[in-house]
Amino acid sequence: MYSFAYHRPSSSAEAQGLSKSADARFLAGGMTLLPAMKLRLTQPSDLIDLSRVAELKGIKAGGSEVRIGAMTPHAAVAASAEVRKAIPALAGLAGMIGDPQVRNRGTIGGSLANSDPAADYPAAVIGLNATIHTSRRTIPADSFFKGLFETALEPGELITAVSFPVPERAAYEKFRHPASRYAVVGVFVAKTAGGVRVGVTGAGPCAFRATQFEQALSKSFSPDALKGLSVPSAGLNSDIHAGADYRAHLVAVLARRAVAAAAG
Amino acid sequence: MPTVTMTVNGRQVSGEAEPRTLLVQFLRDTLGLTGTHIGCDTSQCGTCVVHLDGLSVKSCTMLAVQAEGASVTTIEGLANGELHPMQAAFREHHGLQCGFCTPGMVMSAIDLVNHNPSPSEHDIREWLDGNICRCTGYHNIVKAIKAGAAAMAGGKR
Amino acid sequence: MTVQQGIGAPVRRKEDRRYLTGRGTYTDDISRPGQLHAVILRSPHAHARILKIDTADAARMPGVAAIFTGPDMAKDNVGGIPCGWLIKNKDDSPMVEPPHPALVVDRVRHVGDQVAVVIAEARNQARDAAEAIQVDYDVLPAAVDTAGATKSGAPQVWEQAKSNICFDWHLGDKAAVEAAFAKAHHVTKIDLVNNRLIPNAMEPRAVVAEYDRATGDYTVFTTSQNPHLIRLLMGAFVLHIPEHKLRVVAPDVGGGFGSKIYHYAEEAIVTWAAGKLGRPVKWTAERSEAFMSDAHGRDHVTHAELAMDQNGKFLALRVSTLANVGAYLSTFSTCVPTYLHATLLAGVYTTPAIYAEVKAVFTNTVPVDAYRGAGRPEATYLLERLVDKAAREMKIDRVELRRRNLIPRDAFPYQTPVALKYDSGDYQSTLDIALKTADWAGFEKRRAEAKARGRLRGIGISTYIEACGIAPSAVVGSLGARAGLYESAAIRVHPTGSVSVMTGTHSHGQGHETTFAQIVADTLGMPIENVEVVHGDSAKIPFGMGTYGSRSLAVGGSAIVKALDKIVKKSKRIAAHLLEASEADIEFKNGAFTVAGTDRSVPFGQVALTAYVPHNYPITELEPGLEETAFYDPLNFTYPGGCHICEVEVDPDTGVVEVKKFTAVDDIGRVINPMIVEGQVHGGLAQGIGQALYESCVYDKESGQILTGSYNDYTMPRADHLPSFDVATHNTMCTHNPLGSKGVGEVGAIGSPPAVINAVLDALGPVGVQDIEMPATPQRVWRAIQSAGAARAAE
Repeated sequence: MYSFAYHRPSSSAEAQGLSKSADARFLAGGMTLLPAMKLRLTQPSDLIDLSRVAELKGIKAGGSEVRIGAMTPHAAVAASAEVRKAIPALAGLAGMIGDPQVRNRGTIGGSLANSDPAADYPAAVIGLNATIHTSRRTIPADSFFKGLFETALEPGELITAVSFPVPERAAYEKFRHPASRYAVVGVFVAKTAGGVRVGVTGAGPCAFRATQFEQALSKSFSPDALKGLSVPSAGLNSDIHAGADYRAHLVAVLARRAVAAAAG
Repeated sequence: MPTVTMTVNGRQVSGEAEPRTLLVQFLRDTLGLTGTHIGCDTSQCGTCVVHLDGLSVKSCTMLAVQAEGASVTTIEGLANGELHPMQAAFREHHGLQCGFCTPGMVMSAIDLVNHNPSPSEHDIREWLDGNICRCTGYHNIVKAIKAGAAAMAGGKR
Repeated sequence: MTVQQGIGAPVRRKEDRRYLTGRGTYTDDISRPGQLHAVILRSPHAHARILKIDTADAARMPGVAAIFTGPDMAKDNVGGIPCGWLIKNKDDSPMVEPPHPALVVDRVRHVGDQVAVVIAEARNQARDAAEAIQVDYDVLPAAVDTAGATKSGAPQVWEQAKSNICFDWHLGDKAAVEAAFAKAHHVTKIDLVNNRLIPNAMEPRAVVAEYDRATGDYTVFTTSQNPHLIRLLMGAFVLHIPEHKLRVVAPDVGGGFGSKIYHYAEEAIVTWAAGKLGRPVKWTAERSEAFMSDAHGRDHVTHAELAMDQNGKFLALRVSTLANVGAYLSTFSTCVPTYLHATLLAGVYTTPAIYAEVKAVFTNTVPVDAYRGAGRPEATYLLERLVDKAAREMKIDRVELRRRNLIPRDAFPYQTPVALKYDSGDYQSTLDIALKTADWAGFEKRRAEAKARGRLRGIGISTYIEACGIAPSAVVGSLGARAGLYESAAIRVHPTGSVSVMTGTHSHGQGHETTFAQIVADTLGMPIENVEVVHGDSAKIPFGMGTYGSRSLAVGGSAIVKALDKIVKKSKRIAAHLLEASEADIEFKNGAFTVAGTDRSVPFGQVALTAYVPHNYPITELEPGLEETAFYDPLNFTYPGGCHICEVEVDPDTGVVEVKKFTAVDDIGRVINPMIVEGQVHGGLAQGIGQALYESCVYDKESGQILTGSYNDYTMPRADHLPSFDVATHNTMCTHNPLGSKGVGEVGAIGSPPAVINAVLDALGPVGVQDIEMPATPQRVWRAIQSAGAARAAE
């Protein structure tokens, strides 16, 4: 790891103030940032540790939405009785991220800000049409993910919370990478009064909606409605573990399974 | 260099640490607690698992400064004269061979049982996602954790 | 003597307490006063000429004590890393043996090759400085792919190795094989790749070396399976340090699986630097460094043909293999694809004629050497895949085809056509027990049940042989080994009767501290608590050859038995004196010496005390003291064998293969500790299943970069990849060593890969898939199903 300056602010405002340097980075759970720093793949000048910013933590479930503070660890979301009651698929997803130790440290805000193409939460954010609350504004799910490790966040902009509308039904299916445990493909399907949304992670440079699937499922929310449908493989990720065509195939398989799980 | 203060195995300790010092380095190099190991550099292997305020974490994926004021338990802090029931179960069921992954396995297993007092074989195998063992094929680790869970439930600890 | 602690008892391990409480002492746990830290600058290129190395900026960075490059070591006449086994070509000429400098001089030959070493007060400082070294490379095309490297026009790794061939070797009677093929009823042919693996012991390699200027003594702590071998190779060939001035200690070692046998460049670099700087130096590999510097395993490309008569009786086997040895010859690299591979091609079958050709190929990749099983998994895999394919082609049940060709129980000792003489075995019984345990007969019901759930279920079998207990020195010497392969033991009975056992083997997970103590306790009739097994320190133990090739019990244990024999013999003379009886009348049982037919006896402890307090002692005939050393050189290899059966389910939509059930019935000879034996089998199975389904070292064929260079891409089997295993033994005794033990460390990794792949192919047969390569990853299985479906549609 290269040297850096370390800061431990106790409020969001203080954290903002510390992030003036162009090479400063917020440190949330650090589950991606610290490994990258260990391998000397990134060299921040300053790390602003958000772990003592109390206002960024906690889960609030109202009637129509679940609001999760940015610094809430995955394990807390997975174990939250409120989340399990309101959006069990979201709690289930949180319980599938990484491994238990990653879930004890990793946070939703850190995961989303990083926008790893193989992270799990982005599928839920897209699938549930969540809203990202930041230190400056709110960003709708559909405009948040911009590309590979790229989001709508501006320099110094801090995610404070994410609110997820409560769906009628939802399910997440993940095809786990055998080595890394990230999602080779993950599909989050949600049915709401407003229609059906299908969020896909792992397959592309960043999470995206499978709109053709959504249209078919809006007509009939059943696995059979997806028969014969697929996502185009052009532009999907391809590596030694999964070529683009295989990923495209998996999106369809997992979408069917997610619908079956949600419908069941 | 900043000074870090934390409670390790029930004892308050302080030491100098560059911000880039990992918690595992602080434990091993500064405090001499070499039971916590380093088996990879990508946060996968779990040989470095310790408890931080009661929860299992990878001490290789945390800065020492992040543990300021926290309570850390390492493998050295489990046995007080006699083995912790989970340690005893690993011995009884031959859940270790070379011993390198063992401290992380035991710390991870105890966290599992703290959350799930009677885990099934499936629960145990899922939970061990973050702990790699190259020697045992996991068979006896799974057996040991089941037995360790039963012993912990029996009030041995 | 309590039965609970003797030979055959599942004694809980003596070594566990220190591991379980975090008090083990692994090499990286050792820090010496004033210690410096070394970081190796490694080549980012697979093949390049070094035009210039500029260390000036780096040398000025904080904390840097020294930076050394290849020419610095050459100036000190440091030798190259030697290869331990000379293989000869078909025409009896020697193999190409290129130089293997610890730090390269002018050319790098694989990604990870050692370019320079930076030594600094702190590890981070050394790493910071290593990044500041400027190296000008002239990047050259690289030969990466095993088969591709032999093609004309392929880049040359070494100028002296034409077409990158290190050696072109053969074994067997070519004429007899050709004659048999000429009259065969049917010939089955197969092409296979045995996938390259990365051993990945959980403890990364490390070295701590120090030099005492006052005495001229070097002490080196290293993660090794055989400290004496390192002392011999590094002292005599590389650094020219006489052995009495070089102490090598392998303390607690976190797994080896072969990868910690070899003398590695880092050991020499760090030891040499410690001498030069007069301060202790530590180096510990990071995992990403281990991926590009630990010797890899396997990597064979093979074509094989089996000739049969109309009844499926095997007439002859012909095998042609290309074996990748990487860029340099590691310590045992050349014997793995030859004498540990081709000699196993008879398997458990009566095939009367066998001919094997092996070409070893240099590539711009990390050196390849022995990894758990070493050559024998490759032989077993090709044989058992071939037999299954032959059964399909001959339309003979695969179990029945095996039965028709098994070496019968009464045929031992059995001379194979490929040099080995099997001493004992009972392949019919291990097969029968495995079939019964696995409920082979009831499988079709399970297949149907799975089909109803949309899953393809398959079952696969392999019957295998292993040659281990390495090895008779004269035999291996005649085959090119540059070392003997005996083992040593010293038994030191202390005055109060407790015992220290010094063994030349090394335990890094195998539990020798317990197993060997059981042998001693059983023989001397004492609790194992009174027996301490000492290993791994060249200053404490007699010269020994270490642990690999499932040799520790068969060879090292036998040496202990020989030393115990001497102890008992001398003790009897002392007892005879004390009891005023004739030595011939003394019986030793349950820890006491008794005059036969009387109740007059003296306990072992009293004899020991008498040996050290020889007041009443036959001093004119017998020396005082009770300490004996023995060296045991085996008469033959040992031959474990058995049958593995695997049952899998394939999800045809995703290609995911799940191992539902795994049965292993092994014949390993005398069992000392059944609990440890089971553990060894479990671990071997996990590595074998890992090879079959998960693990593969993948190189970019152009750039020579490792694409699976971390645990994010190299799939280590995890708990949820594997089932619990059904393991059992059915043992016939080794006939030529005093314990009757054969060895158990490698059987799991040898027998399992073909059982898994045969199961996968059995599952996929109904959808038209005929062949699949290891590892059978989800994507690979899915693609196989797709192309079989497409082929069927086209028909």
